[in-house]
Amino acid sequence: MSIPILKQGPYLIASIQSAPTDSEWREMAKVLAERVGKLRSRGVVVDVTVLDLIDSFAARTLREIAQIVKLRGAEPVIVGIQPDVAFSMVQLGLTLGDVPTELDLEAGLATLSAIIKGGESNV
Amino acid sequence: MGKVNKGKKQKEGDVEELRQELVAHFRGERNSLRREWVQQMTAKKQLEGMTPQETEAESATIYDTCIECLETAHYDSAEAYARKMAERGVLRGMTSEQILGGMLTLRDVYGRSLFGRYRKDMARLTAALDMYEPVANNILAVVAMAFIRERENVVRQQQEAIRELSTPVLQVREGLLILPIIGVIDSLRAKQLTEQLLRAIRTLRAKAVVVDITGVPAVDSKVANHLLQTVDAARLMGARVIVTGLSPDVAQALVYIGVDLARLRTVGDLQGGIEEAEDFLAYRASTAKSNSSTAVKG
Repeated sequence: MSIPILKQGPYLIASIQSAPTDSEWREMAKVLAERVGKLRSRGVVVDVTVLDLIDSFAARTLREIAQIVKLRGAEPVIVGIQPDVAFSMVQLGLTLGDVPTELDLEAGLATLSAIIKGGESNV
Repeated sequence: MGKVNKGKKQKEGDVEELRQELVAHFRGERNSLRREWVQQMTAKKQLEGMTPQETEAESATIYDTCIECLETAHYDSAEAYARKMAERGVLRGMTSEQILGGMLTLRDVYGRSLFGRYRKDMARLTAALDMYEPVANNILAVVAMAFIRERENVVRQQQEAIRELSTPVLQVREGLLILPIIGVIDSLRAKQLTEQLLRAIRTLRAKAVVVDITGVPAVDSKVANHLLQTVDAARLMGARVIVTGLSPDVAQALVYIGVDLARLRTVGDLQGGIEEAEDFLAYRASTAKSNSSTAVKG
């Protein structure tokens, strides 16, 4: 089952519905890279609320997706990491580097609009 | 061989007969022995805090339970009763000396009455004591164990209560939590602390957390690393963590043991931490507001 990617205004929302396999993670990165350009999206939210485990591959892929999205000119944000997941990640030494993270979809969209509009006003 | 078996059976029959005799004796003397017991306990001040009615009912039950143990050689009823008594005794603040002392007094009363009865027949007296003493010891052990278990239960409950109380996560305003930590952090408490904080971040939708460790007397590398992990985990959930109140000793200790706290945002005291967090939240709020206003214009 592929991961649904929704267009919401200037943003893309990748809403993960069940734990993706490694190839589904790859597929998601590829599709996001394409859509960001095609739809001229300004930001990408990856919602991982349903995941009860983020392993090293998933953490790396999330980091890579963020870098890819950034290179394609959009702002990434990862939302919905659950308390247990967050703590087991840091215990395993997995981090998301500088990738912005937010509590949930709502907070993520708010952050994206803050980053994007903030950048605009600076220009 | 048949002879031996026969002898053994004969002996068992004797034992059973003696047992019945003792039971009958104690039942027969029930009123006088019980009154004597209560009198002795009163003299030793072992009944303080109990009403006469309670004394009456409890002493009758204990007396009968003990005889039942002697008769059946089963201690289940004694155990159940002792547990109940321990629960109530501890709750009502009766000391273990009072209750164990009371049981010892009862043991003496039983023993004396046996002496009185078999004074003239030493062999019979020895046999009677041989039977009675292990039962009395067992009953005492059962009561003492029930008491210790009850005490341990109370201690455990109190420990849990203290642990719950010791890690409150407080909301100062929308999106801002403070977590004052007081006392020594062991690994169990550190884990619980982290769980509570992360859960609170989710339920209260916090954007910033001030962790105040003014009340933590010592921080070792394990606690420091745990703190760092908590900060990272909170960040993964979209909250920024500020640590305040590192005492001079703690700060020096952390530098000397070489914990890398570069990832940690630290501020001198709780007040400064809250101010910093509010600045951060206000910054976020103002950018969000100016965005929405430009969006409306656009």
